[in-house]
Amino acid sequence: MRPRLDLPAWLFGSIAVGALFGLPFVISKANRIVPGVPVGLVDALGPGSVLRWWVLAVIGVTAVLTQRRWLRLVATGLLCVWFALALGHAAQLLTPPGNAVVRIAPGAGFWCAMASVALLGVDAAARLQLRALARLALLGLVMLVLWAALASGYFDHVSVVREYAVNADRFAHEFSRHLSLALGSVLAAVAVGLPMGLACQGRPWLRQAVLSTLSLVQTIPSIALYGMLMAPLAALAVTVPTLAQWGIGGIGYAPAVVALFLYALLPVVANTVLGLASVDPAVVDAARGMGLTDGKILTRIRWPLALPTIVTGVRVVLVQNMGLAAIAALIGGGGLGTFIFQGIGQTAIDLVLLGALPTVALALAAGVVLDALVEWLDRRRPA
Amino acid sequence: MKASGVIRVGVWGLLIAFLLKPQVFAPAFAPLTQHDAPAIYDQGDLATLAWAHLGLVLTATSLSALLAIGLAILVSRGPGRAFLPMSRSLVGIGQTFPPVAVLAIAVPLVGFGIKPTLIALVAYGLLPIFENSLTGLSQVPASVLEAADGAGMSPIQRLWSVELPLARPLMIEGLRQTLVISVGTATLGSTVASQGLGEVIIAGLLSDNSAFVLQGGLITGLMAILLHDAVGLIAQRWQRPVQ
Amino acid sequence: MIEIESLSKRYGELTVVDAVDLIIPKGSITAIVGTSGSGKSTLLRMINRLIEPSSGQVRIDGRLTTSEPAPALRRRIGYVIQGNGLFPHRTVAENIATVPQLLGWEPARIAARTEQLLTLFGLDPAIHARRLPAELSGGQQQRVGVARALAAGPSVLLMDEPFGALDPIIRAKAQEDLRTIQRQLGTTVVIVTHDMEEAFLLADRIAVLDNGKLLQHDVPARLLTHPAHPQVMALTGTTDRALRLLSLESTAAIVTAGEVSGPDLPASMSLREALSALIWAGATAGNVLDAHGQRSGHVTMQAILTRGSAAR
Ligand SMILES: Nc1ncnc2c1ncn2[C@@H]1O[C@H](COP(=O)(O)OP(=O)(O)O)[C@@H](O)[C@H]1O
Ligand SMILES: [Mg+2]
Repeated sequence: MRPRLDLPAWLFGSIAVGALFGLPFVISKANRIVPGVPVGLVDALGPGSVLRWWVLAVIGVTAVLTQRRWLRLVATGLLCVWFALALGHAAQLLTPPGNAVVRIAPGAGFWCAMASVALLGVDAAARLQLRALARLALLGLVMLVLWAALASGYFDHVSVVREYAVNADRFAHEFSRHLSLALGSVLAAVAVGLPMGLACQGRPWLRQAVLSTLSLVQTIPSIALYGMLMAPLAALAVTVPTLAQWGIGGIGYAPAVVALFLYALLPVVANTVLGLASVDPAVVDAARGMGLTDGKILTRIRWPLALPTIVTGVRVVLVQNMGLAAIAALIGGGGLGTFIFQGIGQTAIDLVLLGALPTVALALAAGVVLDALVEWLDRRRPA
Repeated sequence: MKASGVIRVGVWGLLIAFLLKPQVFAPAFAPLTQHDAPAIYDQGDLATLAWAHLGLVLTATSLSALLAIGLAILVSRGPGRAFLPMSRSLVGIGQTFPPVAVLAIAVPLVGFGIKPTLIALVAYGLLPIFENSLTGLSQVPASVLEAADGAGMSPIQRLWSVELPLARPLMIEGLRQTLVISVGTATLGSTVASQGLGEVIIAGLLSDNSAFVLQGGLITGLMAILLHDAVGLIAQRWQRPVQ
Repeated sequence: MIEIESLSKRYGELTVVDAVDLIIPKGSITAIVGTSGSGKSTLLRMINRLIEPSSGQVRIDGRLTTSEPAPALRRRIGYVIQGNGLFPHRTVAENIATVPQLLGWEPARIAARTEQLLTLFGLDPAIHARRLPAELSGGQQQRVGVARALAAGPSVLLMDEPFGALDPIIRAKAQEDLRTIQRQLGTTVVIVTHDMEEAFLLADRIAVLDNGKLLQHDVPARLLTHPAHPQVMALTGTTDRALRLLSLESTAAIVTAGEVSGPDLPASMSLREALSALIWAGATAGNVLDAHGQRSGHVTMQAILTRGSAAR
């Protein structure tokens, strides 16, 4: 059969090539604040073996031309590795020895090429229709490679990694704070939302009231919701000193986690209601016919059948809260947003990226993990 | 007029009254302030800020809608169809991208002010409209498309008089979602010096004045609800077949 | 008249329609029959170029279909599909007005035409014109679909299993209406169906398709009496072909003079129905009534049975 022209592969392949050779691959800055000088890929890599260009060409051509999806996935992965290695190499080359002030930041060329190729890779992975476990393994592999790369020291001269080195202690702290904000609020939302959803089951008036109230909460902008919780929590801490000892007060962690919890509540409750309601009445009827009690029907029939829908709701809120937790920094709640807003304040792009990149990575990873969980649960659900 | 109509007019009236004569409401907010701080935002005109906020949201949403619907049309026919699976993956990834990260990444690219906010709002607003438009366009029954072709409609006539009208309800639903998200996300713009209601909230956060925060939150919340409602109302009028 | 010359459609290695030659006389109803996947729809859709042929050509009234842009061609050809394909967001009147609007007719002319068609199809313009398709019954929707296809007065009407989704009683009515309206308008109809009963009921000529190849194209009776291929026989059915043959002729064909004691049989009645009536009445012969209700002669059961054995 005549091979079809794969339009997306050609388009994004061309974009990547254009970006690599037409846009600055790195930006060389005298220090972390000042605007830098753009450097093209060829200059950035300096003199060296012509072999690296052959490697790039072979992998690139394979990625675009191949009809095999797994081969494209591998090739795009290798391309990303190539770009990263080139970035690390350029950073080492362009940083004068012993200089800790100069910053070599990835430029538009690097970002665009990386994004186009990653998109092709994601597309190939999506079309492969990998199973849940395979997707998790792929995520694990990417994280492992990332960790190994950063630990190797090869990238130490890249601007964001430098920024990390300066902020290493704070980073660990804010990172775990970010996770605790996002995960804590979602756990609380599940703990409260599930019983609420159960209570709404078969009571339309309650369901209506609960869902409309929670939708109203969603229209309040996140920073305002954080702010609005400050006053009542401060008052609470004053009247109940024990709470204050636990760290509950008007600013910081408490209002942030409560706000995130409130945002998370609607999808959890709504999906619980939806999941329980969408169980086929014939199934429930049959169960009743066989003499199961209402309680048993709930635990043995409705619950397992509704679980994938409920977990889908949890996925939505976890991904959402991974991002929203970044805003907690505005009210002293900590998290990765601290770096973002500090960076914006200091016009220090590297610091912004130090907060933004892990935030995006966390949200994406949460999405992949919970998607896999939903799929696994769905698989166990009798068709 | 039905009860919903009365409530609607009441809420609009309340919002407009608050924006034009905020001092009238000062007693209601006074208990939230400490140390004789002002009860009503005093560092600018609320109506001006609300107007700027609304302008930003509507501009961003219009741009998102044009782009998203255009893209959805492109990937749902002809050679563009090759991009359909990829655009679906892209939507999936896009939805996991936190809005604050989009904003943060836009600042280094275009500097402070309204530009990064607009970019973040447009980028983030694309997704609901794109996804809904795509669903709407792909849900048009094959038999209806075949009948349109069979009747001798050109591809453009078919798009304009059959596909778009049938996809419209879902597109509008996407537009409403985008509006609500944008009104909230636009408040973040104030962290990068874009004019809007976020200023009120941030001023409250900085001066520890809950009254300001509440005002900013209430106005944006009401704005989001009213926009959502208004678009629904307009769409309903439009949808009703001419009798 | 539609002239199809060595028309083929290939998808890669797969040949879906294989060098079909077919001449469809003006003002007739031709049924294309065949098993599912035999290429019936593909053949039909190559006539109005919803599918572009891989090779071969089609002429309508002597003119090559490729001599004008496809949309213009399709506006001159009526097209009806299974599940009617009505535009759900347009009223019945707007649906019917589709092609006239595309052709730029004046509003007054469109309105008059719509009303005329609604009436022709037994729908009250005052009630139904402004309804949405979803507010009609399945049978009404199907009639609107046919009315829409006929709106601009096409000389050719293509139908792809148009009655497939209807229940038997409504389907019988729709088939009868089609026959009546086709006679009235003189339209050339090509109808794809996998229902042999329907083909024998409606068609002047039947084209049998198998695996993309045209096996036989003939008047219905010849398919039963002279099947060109075992596959044709399999398709037309071997167990009830005598009855099927009888259903193609009316009592008028074998009437002989003289009155007998037995039931009255209208001259328009098919021999199959006549046979059934005789069995039911326990009679061996019946009187034939002409169009005015006058006894014009009689038929015997023996004569009917002889007629039915012609298939052998
Ligand atoms: N676009 C296409 N690509 C490949 N094969 C097709 C395409 N359209 C139809 N076919 C094949 O052509 C054959 C005939 O289809 P069709 O004309 O719809 O059959 P029928 O209407 O007789 O059921 C079928 O086997 C079908 O799978
Ligand atoms: Mg067919």
